[in-house]
Amino acid sequence: MEVWSNVFSLALFTATIRSATPILFPALAGIFSERSGVLNIALEGIMLISAFAAVVGSYYTNNAWLGVLCAVIAGVLTSLIHAFMCINLRADQAIVGTGINILGAGLPSFLLLKLFGSQGISPIVERIHEWRIPILADIPVIGPILGEQSPLVYISLVMVPVSYFVLFKTPFGLRLRSVGENPHASETVGVSVFRFRYLGVIISGVLAALGGAFLSVSYLAQFVKLMTAGRGFIGLAAMIFGRWNPWGALFACLLFGFADALQAAAQASNVPIAPQFLRMLPYVLTIIALVGAMGRANPPAFVAKPYEKA
Amino acid sequence: MENEKNRKTSPLLALISPTQFILGVLLAFIAGAVFLWVFGESPADAYGALFKGAFSSKRYFAETLLSTTPLIFGGLAVALGFRCGLFNMGVEGQIVLGGMAAAYVGYAWELPLLIHLPLALLAGAVAGGIWGAIPGYLKAKHRIHEVITTIMLNYIVFQVAAYMIAVGGPMKADNELPVSPDVLPTAQLARIWEGTRLSGGIFIALIFAVLVWVFLFKTRLGYKMRAVGLNSSAAEFAGIKPGRMMVWAMFLSGALGGLAGAVEVLGVHYKFYSTFSPGYGWDAIAVALLGLNHPVGVVASAFLFGVLRSGSITMQAIAQISKDIVLILSALIIFFTATNQTLRPILERLTLRLDTRRAK
Repeated sequence: MEVWSNVFSLALFTATIRSATPILFPALAGIFSERSGVLNIALEGIMLISAFAAVVGSYYTNNAWLGVLCAVIAGVLTSLIHAFMCINLRADQAIVGTGINILGAGLPSFLLLKLFGSQGISPIVERIHEWRIPILADIPVIGPILGEQSPLVYISLVMVPVSYFVLFKTPFGLRLRSVGENPHASETVGVSVFRFRYLGVIISGVLAALGGAFLSVSYLAQFVKLMTAGRGFIGLAAMIFGRWNPWGALFACLLFGFADALQAAAQASNVPIAPQFLRMLPYVLTIIALVGAMGRANPPAFVAKPYEKA
Repeated sequence: MENEKNRKTSPLLALISPTQFILGVLLAFIAGAVFLWVFGESPADAYGALFKGAFSSKRYFAETLLSTTPLIFGGLAVALGFRCGLFNMGVEGQIVLGGMAAAYVGYAWELPLLIHLPLALLAGAVAGGIWGAIPGYLKAKHRIHEVITTIMLNYIVFQVAAYMIAVGGPMKADNELPVSPDVLPTAQLARIWEGTRLSGGIFIALIFAVLVWVFLFKTRLGYKMRAVGLNSSAAEFAGIKPGRMMVWAMFLSGALGGLAGAVEVLGVHYKFYSTFSPGYGWDAIAVALLGLNHPVGVVASAFLFGVLRSGSITMQAIAQISKDIVLILSALIIFFTATNQTLRPILERLTLRLDTRRAK
């Protein structure tokens, strides 16, 4: 029993927030893309490519924030491939997304050997350090959990109300959602379906890139082959569980983040369960959550359906 | 199939599929060359080393056919899913699980050859099939997108595999390595080419390509599955139960994935270890798409990816280019074939125009 009390400490909740971040970014990314009507299962690949770009940027400039900038550029460029194939060429969105995911598995490995002469891992680079938020950090309980985290964690949390506001309280958001729900009607009233779908996918690329950069230049300080470990997909599951709403997604991400933090803490405390079974926990929970979520969750009506101008 | 009577036809239309295949490969190789050139590599050297590594000796060519074998099974698995409108991204996990089950039956049970080998193969197929049927059921019953569930099930099976052969794991051999005990000779697939690792598995794969063709195009169940894939609600209206078809399609798809792993373990490695598949399950997606989800196309594109897989190992050794270039080419092939739906009507129109001009 003593080992379990080591697992359930305040540090577990600090780790929950930290583990939720690389799921929250792709979850919000998925919301923007799918609300505009473009299925985005490419998030995993975009995160991997961005995570690698962040390390390259940080390696050559010795500035982790410039690494984040490189990640965002890489994320936008990769999203543009997705957008062009899905929107202009009307290709099957699930298939294109899979292509990008496979590219995300191959491209970093190719460049690792090319740039650093190594297989699987990059050199250690400059990383983004945690910030201590003055007053917040001194509050008991909340302070240790929320007061000293990576700035990218704070950005991901701030993005939740921002995304909600943009999507549901601005004309921009209304138009973005309308091209996902009823593109023909939108076009009739003068909203360009192509433009808003492009914007949805590009915003999605920026957010996924931040998630990738968080993993490689903040959480760790190097790129590790396939380091996202399915977080892009778990993010999509969080999006569905949260009914394509940023607040719902945040709740789901905290749940998945908790599972991830719990299995890591349990491993560290030598609980009498095989580590392999602990590592399964986030993936099992994702499936269970989806079973619970479906039936009451409805995707945007025109998601994954290419739009053809009449 | 539906509108064939109303549609203008031409014998030249039969050539469209092979044309799309060749076009897809060609464009991917050209784009790959541009990519290599951008990063300061010589495309000629790279492709030269690639083809040298795939064809230049008996042993190399045997390795090419060796990689082709699981890719045929994997490609058929993905293609069968697509025919029913399902995207099986779980082939990699089904391969690992199939290999695990086949290895267990192969080393733990003592049986005569005529029973042992088929039983070990069957164990692989059933294990993969059940693992595939789960996402099929979740899709049919709960409308959960199979892409997410198959990916999650992959991660789960990778952990199960690691557990099985870890220290103290139930399948761990009595030695220092994280492997299972050796499969008994009665469950091993015979080597068919002296001095190489090539086993009879390649013939089993080709037989299954024929079986899948017969199943899809000559049986009622295959017809119903394709009907669901083409238009689920129309199929339902015609009295087909789409949910039941989805579970069956995913079971059969998973079983083919499981067989890929079983043949790999029983024919090449003779034991189970968690990383025995170098990512055949991911290549399988490109194999199916490039093969236009048709068994003949799958066999052809599986051979192409077999060439890439075996050639890339030599290429990394000679030209110092990561063997993961296969993944980049694979992604490019997927991009080019993904636009087929846009391309096909254009090609059909061109063909018909060509034909009418010839008739004049």
